[in-house]
Amino acid sequence: MSNKQRILVIGNGMVGHKFLEAMVNSPQYSAFDVTTFCEESRIAYDRVHLTEFFAGRSADDLSLVEPGYYEQHGIRVLLGDKAVSIDRSAKTVTSEKGEVLSYDKLVLATGSFPFVPPIPGHDRDNCFVYRTIDDLEAMQAASKNAKVGAVIGGGLLGLEAAKALVDLGLETHVIEFAPRLMAVQIDDGGGAMLRQKIQDLGVKVHLGMNTQNIGDGEQCFHKMSFADGSEIETDMLLFSAGIRPQDALARDSKLELGERGGIVVNDQCQTSDPDVYAIGECALWSGRIYGLVAPGYRMAQVACDHINAEDNAFTGADMSTKLKLMGIDVASIGDAHANTPGAKEYTYVNGTEEIYKKIVVSEDSKRLLGAVLVGDAADYGTLLQMTLNDIPLPEFPDALILPQRDGNGATGMGVDMLPDGAQICSCNDVTKGQLCQAVSDGATVLGDLMLATDAGTSCGGCKTLVGQVMNSELEKMGLEVNTDLCEHFPHTRQELYHLVRVGEIKTFQDLLAQHGKGHGCEICKPTVGSILASCWNDYVLEPEHVALQDTNDRYLGNMQKDGTYSIVPRIAAGEITPDKLIVLGEVGKKYNLYTKVTGGQRIDLFGARLEQLPEIWKVLIDAGFETGHAYGKSLRTVKSCVGSTWCRYGQNDSVALALEIEHRYKGLRSPHKIKSAVSGCTRECAEAQSKDVGIIATETGWNMYVCGNGGMRPRHADLFATDLDKETLIKYTDRFMMFYVQTADRLQRTSTWMENMEGGIDYLREVIIDDSLGICKKLEAEMAKVIDTYQCEWKTTIDDEEKMLMFRPFINSNKADSNVVFVEEREQIRPARKEERGSIN
Amino acid sequence: MTDLTMKAQEDTVTADQNWINICAVQDLPIDAGVAALLHADTPQETQIALFRTSDNDAVYAISNFDPFSEANVLARGILCSIGEQIAVASPVLKEHFDLVSGQCFEDDTVSIATFPVKIADGNVLVAG
Repeated sequence: MSNKQRILVIGNGMVGHKFLEAMVNSPQYSAFDVTTFCEESRIAYDRVHLTEFFAGRSADDLSLVEPGYYEQHGIRVLLGDKAVSIDRSAKTVTSEKGEVLSYDKLVLATGSFPFVPPIPGHDRDNCFVYRTIDDLEAMQAASKNAKVGAVIGGGLLGLEAAKALVDLGLETHVIEFAPRLMAVQIDDGGGAMLRQKIQDLGVKVHLGMNTQNIGDGEQCFHKMSFADGSEIETDMLLFSAGIRPQDALARDSKLELGERGGIVVNDQCQTSDPDVYAIGECALWSGRIYGLVAPGYRMAQVACDHINAEDNAFTGADMSTKLKLMGIDVASIGDAHANTPGAKEYTYVNGTEEIYKKIVVSEDSKRLLGAVLVGDAADYGTLLQMTLNDIPLPEFPDALILPQRDGNGATGMGVDMLPDGAQICSCNDVTKGQLCQAVSDGATVLGDLMLATDAGTSCGGCKTLVGQVMNSELEKMGLEVNTDLCEHFPHTRQELYHLVRVGEIKTFQDLLAQHGKGHGCEICKPTVGSILASCWNDYVLEPEHVALQDTNDRYLGNMQKDGTYSIVPRIAAGEITPDKLIVLGEVGKKYNLYTKVTGGQRIDLFGARLEQLPEIWKVLIDAGFETGHAYGKSLRTVKSCVGSTWCRYGQNDSVALALEIEHRYKGLRSPHKIKSAVSGCTRECAEAQSKDVGIIATETGWNMYVCGNGGMRPRHADLFATDLDKETLIKYTDRFMMFYVQTADRLQRTSTWMENMEGGIDYLREVIIDDSLGICKKLEAEMAKVIDTYQCEWKTTIDDEEKMLMFRPFINSNKADSNVVFVEEREQIRPARKEERGSIN
Repeated sequence: MTDLTMKAQEDTVTADQNWINICAVQDLPIDAGVAALLHADTPQETQIALFRTSDNDAVYAISNFDPFSEANVLARGILCSIGEQIAVASPVLKEHFDLVSGQCFEDDTVSIATFPVKIADGNVLVAG
């Protein structure tokens, strides 16, 4: 054993994982030897977004740990094993499987467990709690035979659980003992509005109900009997009546506990034993348990810093929250119940749109103390910052919650009023000062800023505010937030697209004359060329378009470093006959081309000089090939695995679908390249989750993933919709691709496009699936036009004598470029290096 | 091309240069480039890039050799207007070269050769 300090963590939930991350990022990390218990069969996952499991996110999607992260950093994980006792004098922990582990510092991150009230019948079958993925899987299985579900508990988690029952397709009841929903966070008025909105969604809410017994039902599995004599029948029952700290281990090892449970900690998160820390929901600080993730994350950092002998302290946390429950915005800030002596309230109730807003102000009307928002929480960021930073209230505080109409009443607080220390992102503890620093260090677009600081990357609630801080900072730096494409067009790509569409502009010159100045450049010309192609799909080498094209599009090949081109014929879905393979081999041999298989299941032939391109393409087209558009910002390839036709595990015919998709969208010009893939089962051999549009076969249809990326900044695609039939899948894909073509910036892949979109993937779903903008019919029609007007650009080119002249090496000579020199390496050609070229010439 | 530019370029024709007839003006694509070969198969063999612009119907000639990629590719770049200047962006890594002076916009220390051009009887002549 080394002389490293041994750190042992019990609990691999969100907070436990945060602690491990903090350790890995600490400067002395190599001086530690870190081990963690993980009682569940899965390493740390995102419990906050557990509900999304039923909305289609898989267990893997919810994981918080990058694959290989623990191995890479030498963290030992005792997966599926459990700590059963702590011997504090020997400084050891014994596991359920009998292993004895020594520690120098022990960290308890054991979290909490759901409280199940001791109602007779609470332990019957089909009674569940809502905390782990295992709980969810059990609920999912039981729901198959159920029609009705009920949740006991109308708090925050109870309503989340009710959403899960709705997603499972059950008639849903919420049963609450208190006279209102979310009693901790919101007031009577807000609770009433929330109840109204939830009932609008078809959920039945029963308040002030004292459950006396759970027994056999007549129509359903259970019958619940209440103190007032009423009854409800349900097939499934979910308890969500609060949490209790998981402090049994601490209790057994005689650590100090609170009267009603919870492991007592100091400001450094140390328990009564200085070598034992407790963080997260199991810890009791100053008589309080914090049941939110942000304070838990904060404790993880404090404990880590203390172990590293760095100053830091946990000094309490703001319990303000903003969340979306069943699509309803609900927020609670500070003293929501106006408990502060002398506090005064202002309330705004809109019965038509079902909006409730309340602010609580100090006796002297100078400070904001708290707020409740139901139905519209857009003001959350502003109100929270005003509360936390003691920002003086405007003369008429009610203006903060009254609707802004006719340009009046606009009293919103500018982010400039915030001090540098103001915490903007509470999940990841990012201050305004840190954001400003990152902006001045060069993170000048929202996506980059989020990546640089982590702000807005957890719950996303602060994204608007992060954007406001960024824009204000850019302005202060004298950097106008300039979104002009270039000096020739004072417009964004999206605006230009619109101008082209609406004005039915067909050429660059017309667009320049109407909306630009100067003569264009290497930025606007290809961008406009691409927009014109997306809209009208003319042949790109028409005289009015040819000068707009980048060299790759202009010569329909991929220019390499020595000025030669590579040739990629389309091999849709990676399927190719032996005869065609032979043709590629013969062409490669005849023209002495370097031959390589690409990542997209195609074959790339390198080293063709300009004048050879038409000749080579003539051979390829005669053999039945068509252009692969590898040179264009357009659909590249739809990769596939072999699918159910051959594979023992295949669920569906991935090759046939990939062929159909590739042929459908081939030739579509777009802001950047588009890649796609289809896998025949969840083993995912086609790597669809790294593509702009990825499709995976399921037992009952196709799962659609969007906005994945490989390359420089890999990103797993988001699950967009599940179990689609082919028709719906194609419909969504049409809309998705056309919406991307219409709204993305130049050279913006779908991943960054979506990340920079306010509302992100949820917004995208609203647009594409729910048609919230009412544009889907139009998107489909525009896509249909592109599909109907497809042509193989190489076929058009070789059929046109005039166009063939473009490929002459010189306008006055047919001599080959003497500067292009190859040498042989591994039995093929490669461009000669400078020193080699000299000796050959 | 303005008369002044034309004059300046004609003045730079030196004693050992001749006007070489390349092609008809109408054979040049508009607002795009083509490559041409001077002194083919001699020790003075040189590749040039010719650009014909639509705004003033002028023709410019510069070296076809991109000093950054060391490849003969500039004729295949996109024509750009940068303020009042006119330039080509290399298709390899997008450095810009002024078509009149040959100066690189991104690197003061780099410039490429330019060649005098005149139009006579509908033909393009380059001094080289």
